[in-house]
Amino acid sequence: MNKHIKFVQGNEACVEGALYAGIDFFAGYPITPSTEVAELLAERLPRKGGKFIQMEDEIASMCAIIGASLTGHKVMTATSGPGFSLKQEALGYACMAEIPCVVVNVQRGGPSTGNPTHVSQGDVNQARWGTHGDHSIITLTASNHQDVFAMTVDAFNLAETYRTPVILLFDEAVGHMREKLVVPEEGEIPLVDRLRTSVGKGVDYHPYLPREDGRLPMSDFGGDHRYNVTGLFHDMWGFPSNNPGVVNGLLHHLVDKIENNVHAITRCREHYLEGAEYVLVSYGSSARSAIHLAKNRRERGEKIGVLELQSIWPFPEAMIRERCRGARAVIVVEMNMGQVMRHVKAAVDEPERVFLANRIDGHLITPTDIKKLLRVIQGRGV
Amino acid sequence: MSVKDYLRERFFPHMWCPGCGHGTVLNSLLRAVEGLGLDKSDIVMTSGIGCSARISGYVDFHSLHTIHGRALAFATGVKFSKPELKLLVPMGDGDALAIGGNHFIHAARRNIDMTAIVMNNRIYGMTGGQFSPLSGVGIKATTAPYLTIDNDFDVVKMATAAGASFVARSTTYHVLEAVDILKKAIDHKGFSVVEILSQCPTHFGRKNKGGDASNMLESYKANTAKTGSKALAENPSLIARGIFVDEDRPEYCESYDGIIKRLSGGTES
Ligand code: SF4
Repeated sequence: MNKHIKFVQGNEACVEGALYAGIDFFAGYPITPSTEVAELLAERLPRKGGKFIQMEDEIASMCAIIGASLTGHKVMTATSGPGFSLKQEALGYACMAEIPCVVVNVQRGGPSTGNPTHVSQGDVNQARWGTHGDHSIITLTASNHQDVFAMTVDAFNLAETYRTPVILLFDEAVGHMREKLVVPEEGEIPLVDRLRTSVGKGVDYHPYLPREDGRLPMSDFGGDHRYNVTGLFHDMWGFPSNNPGVVNGLLHHLVDKIENNVHAITRCREHYLEGAEYVLVSYGSSARSAIHLAKNRRERGEKIGVLELQSIWPFPEAMIRERCRGARAVIVVEMNMGQVMRHVKAAVDEPERVFLANRIDGHLITPTDIKKLLRVIQGRGV
Repeated sequence: MSVKDYLRERFFPHMWCPGCGHGTVLNSLLRAVEGLGLDKSDIVMTSGIGCSARISGYVDFHSLHTIHGRALAFATGVKFSKPELKLLVPMGDGDALAIGGNHFIHAARRNIDMTAIVMNNRIYGMTGGQFSPLSGVGIKATTAPYLTIDNDFDVVKMATAAGASFVARSTTYHVLEAVDILKKAIDHKGFSVVEILSQCPTHFGRKNKGGDASNMLESYKANTAKTGSKALAENPSLIARGIFVDEDRPEYCESYDGIIKRLSGGTES
């Protein structure tokens, strides 16, 4: 694969990233505004010997990628809000059974069928809390196509590293907008494959016995080791158990393997943050407006900077506290009712200095929208 | 190999009630696998949720105990990503045809190569005896204290209409017949469905005056007849047993491989 430059939609950048990362199985169900991901993979996957299947619904798609991951493949599905809701039970299964997979959610407005063709960032909480029970989860996002590509590659790498589902939370504007994408040369971005067991045939293999570093070597279905995979609490052989020690240990493992690695999973980008009096925290397409405003104001001597999140879960609390320390005000810019804002408030030293610049009407939040709020905070009137 | 070699003894004793038909289904299934001389490492058993679904833990195959109703969807991912594997998908009646009904008809429509076994005891056993889509009218269940008014599905007709290329029915009484049918179903290239009537003395039998397990087995003998038999012709109210569909139709994974071959410049047969 040589470096090449393309002019693409965000959804296409995601497909390029997935192919670069080595995807070889995709199952999906059409839903706006994510459908192009499925359409493009239907065309591209069989060309490289991979598999694409259009399932009967969103639930089946999620289940199918879990099955395919167990045979050793790199797998992905793509959806939008309502479809993401349907996938939640199987997503929880993938968390519990520790099965690497990537779930793309190109967000649209909700609740319910909501605003299918308009932009929203309303699924931040659903990504974290949509399933039942306790577990941790990794969620990445991006505001531009180069990052969509990079975060998609990262998503596969993290899924394979931590044996967990990774959610890619894009929004409709990023998914459908067209811009330049440079697809790097093969080898330029390192790829991660899941750790496979070195235990030989005929030797007792423990599929759920973590190594010292917390990683669990896998064995592919169809290989030498026949083991049980279940959504029930299970012991190191994968056998159901309700022994309190087993339940407690497994739940802690599912949370700790991610929460103890927040520093390794967190991705962010800083724009004009040096000495910033006002810090805008944003992600996805709303970050583009925040960056535009900060650049514009810096040119006029105002100290405004942007902390752009490329990962949302696990929440980068310590990093946010540190970057926002000393700011006169922290403004979270997002297209929902403050889903990230609440976590920023909980993270910073002075939560009363955290404000929300949002827009929830299906239209992009503009630099002017943010500027208006900023003027109020600065006491300069509306 | 003896049938015992296919079991995970670590997993025993099993959780099924004394007299439950599911143990007999497990036995028939293992004898079919043994009869075909299959390698344990080539088999993936995928199950859903319920009493029936625990079957996958007891066998020394690759086993995937999934979520309620979705066994066929998981199995589709396994099979399509690695077509050389043999997929056995035992499901309860509620699992396969209530919550999983959509996956059932679509797996049949695709004609993807796997064997779906509907362990039909006409009740939700694990949750304590609620009626299922196969209970039929006039059944007593905890959620039908005044008897069911819900019509049931005919699994054989439904699977046939949805496009399954192999469709059969047997019972836990007719074990030799069941083993023979399961062998043919597993060997069949395409989506095969085997419905096996399996007694739940604990929740179905007790409430519906079915008697104990042996009474229920007797009723399978009395109330069923071989398809094409004189008994069935004379008494059409009997439940037909046997193979109803056995056809050669394009299998899903093979058709997709044809696309891959065509794209790589090879010739498609
Ligand atoms: S409740 Fe019924 S189906 Fe479940 S194990 Fe007992 S007899 Fe079998």
